[in-house]
Amino acid sequence: MDLSLSEDQLFMRDEAKRFLAERATSEAVRASIAARGHDPALWKALSSELGWCGIAIPENAGGLGLGAFEMVLLLEETGRRLAPVPFWATVSLCTPMINSVAADESRLALLSRVASDGVAATVALPRPAALDPFETIEFTACPDGDGWKLSGFCPAVFNLMAADLVLVPAKLKDKPGLGLFAIEPAAIAATTAPLDAIDSTMPIASLRLSDVTVSGASRIDAGDLQASSFVAPIQWARLGLAAEQIGAASGCLELTLNYLAERIQFGRSIASFQAVKHRCAELLIRTGEARSLLYGAAASLDADDNEAAREIDGASVLAAEALWRAAEEAIQLHGGVGNTWEYDPHLYLRRAQATADLFGSTEEKLARIADSLREVAA
Amino acid sequence: MSGKELTAFRAEVADWMKSNLSGRFAPLLDRGHAGDGGALPDLRKDWERELATGGWTCPGWPSEHGGRGLSIAEQVAFQEEYSRAGGPGRLGHIGEGLLGPTLIAFGTEEQKQRFLPPIREGREFWCQGYSEPDAGSDLANIKTRARRDPETGDWLVTGQKVWTSLAHLSDWIFVVARCEEGSVGPYGLIFLLMPLDQDGIEIHPIRQIGGGSEFNSVFFDNARASADCVVGQPGEGWKIAMALLSFERGISTLGQQMGFARELDLIATLARENGAAANPMIRDRLARAWVGLRAMRYMALRMLAQNADPQAKLESLGYKYQWSHWHRDLGKLGMDVLGFAGVAASDDPRAEKLRQLFFFTRADTVYGGTSEIQLNIIAERGLGMPKEPRGEAG
Repeated sequence: MDLSLSEDQLFMRDEAKRFLAERATSEAVRASIAARGHDPALWKALSSELGWCGIAIPENAGGLGLGAFEMVLLLEETGRRLAPVPFWATVSLCTPMINSVAADESRLALLSRVASDGVAATVALPRPAALDPFETIEFTACPDGDGWKLSGFCPAVFNLMAADLVLVPAKLKDKPGLGLFAIEPAAIAATTAPLDAIDSTMPIASLRLSDVTVSGASRIDAGDLQASSFVAPIQWARLGLAAEQIGAASGCLELTLNYLAERIQFGRSIASFQAVKHRCAELLIRTGEARSLLYGAAASLDADDNEAAREIDGASVLAAEALWRAAEEAIQLHGGVGNTWEYDPHLYLRRAQATADLFGSTEEKLARIADSLREVAA
Repeated sequence: MSGKELTAFRAEVADWMKSNLSGRFAPLLDRGHAGDGGALPDLRKDWERELATGGWTCPGWPSEHGGRGLSIAEQVAFQEEYSRAGGPGRLGHIGEGLLGPTLIAFGTEEQKQRFLPPIREGREFWCQGYSEPDAGSDLANIKTRARRDPETGDWLVTGQKVWTSLAHLSDWIFVVARCEEGSVGPYGLIFLLMPLDQDGIEIHPIRQIGGGSEFNSVFFDNARASADCVVGQPGEGWKIAMALLSFERGISTLGQQMGFARELDLIATLARENGAAANPMIRDRLARAWVGLRAMRYMALRMLAQNADPQAKLESLGYKYQWSHWHRDLGKLGMDVLGFAGVAASDDPRAEKLRQLFFFTRADTVYGGTSEIQLNIIAERGLGMPKEPRGEAG
């Protein structure tokens, strides 16, 4: 396996970094908090104008036809700035699901809307905190003439308020099995409720459906859909989440280093104290360790390597811990001002905690890895 | 080399190892690694010659110096297959991986002709004379003196080197010494090649916490380095010494990790056998060890990548810290898996191996630059934080 970044990949990453440094500034992020964590102008720029959402969408659907590795490079940059846009939900959560579960006729149409039309998309995950987020599905779909009536409740859907397209997995009432439904927000506007969550940059809202009527064409799966059908696409969401966490950890360390360089005590920069330097160095090591596994896992996913699943588990564990440590240390190393609303470390602390237990707790992920070690399990 | 050719190359190495690491060499399987470095020295020297006969010593050296001129990918593949097969710790490593490339880059024609062939053929073994009692983390604070013998032009060396790995099994030592009276720090040093078998040199083993003695003190009392055994110019010793350290980085890393993987497999197997794996805390630690090792593998691949990603370059500064702390934790995990049974010696050689691992891995975070020095390097060179104020040079 070669983990060299090509000239194109380096250029893409650097351009994304430069663009977001201009557009997703601290001021812009803070302004978006009042707007339910969404910056429509930024979203329009990076989706419709720059085409980032098509990163892993096939070229025949208007995408760039690249892979998980490139997706990860972009998500690191949105994570670094806590960019208040539904990018992760669109490219990592929703797009892979369309790609692997949708029937041919829906797939190309939906993917090209995501790739070219700046459509923000999300998925109503039945249990976002579970190792298997599809293990119990509460939504039901009842045949209703040519269409369907959907009912059920999902307590937390990412970026729901900004979404132009919501995928809802539901149990079929008329026969065993599942269906996947693509819902336009107009159909559900009355029953969505934004939540007052600790991380406003990755907003969540609850979704209640009570006999909501949708057309027959809104069912997009190819039939024979099972909970296990979601195992493969959800790996992309897990990988993407880790990428944003690792990007955020790096952004948070950068923020801390900038502050340390300015602050003078005892007549010298506090960045010159070994007690401070060593902790920053440890943050770099943790982040680098997590990033290495992230890249390896992304490359494994692109290569269809069967190590990808547990590497993604491992990367998730390291990424969540790296971000948590970076945020916790950022507040400590900022001292008094680190505890004020005005300084940014708390934004990273919020992201760290809000994402820590997604797709399973650290303990559950490690337990699953231990179960998979042949020496232990044999 | 295509992926297919690389796979064929791996198979060639694996085959060779399988047919040669057997018979009289069978006792060497998995022996002679850190913590066990002095094991079976005579047989291991024979093994070096066996490797040489097969053409597997110095495979990365250019062909005009007797190597195979293998690419980095091939060298990595060789190291991985060697370790995967349980190949013993390499007594020739210092000569092959450190001194040889240094002579190829900086040595005179005569030095190359005199010293490279016996390294390649497994006939002469080298050790490294850098650290001193007062020059550990502060390596430039070298006090060992070299003065010129006006009659012969030879250099006469007086002083002490310490932590010299396997000096007692070596034939030659390369020494960094102070050749300019009154110079301090990295200035005024000389890089000398010296035979160990001479009157002015005494080697005293140092007993380590695990009971073994892989390290030595080497005492010099007007010991002689011949005039033509200076590498570079007198005064350039620091430059040569640092260049030497840069040669081998990365190449043996994946081989080292293959050894780590074998250790982790062993610990996991014992945990299953003795029931320790039923403990969720032990399972958690085994899983973390697997995750850490996987992350190190990909870190190594990022370091070896041809196209320099500045982020990878920055993060690679943390690699020594990363692997040494991972390995030290593994040493503790091994003992915790053995539990109280691990306290007493047992007939199971696997338990004995874990006991040695436990003690030796305490040194991982110290030798080759302590963790504290690593963190300073990361903070100062990597993150651009201000340098620690220095005391007066001693």
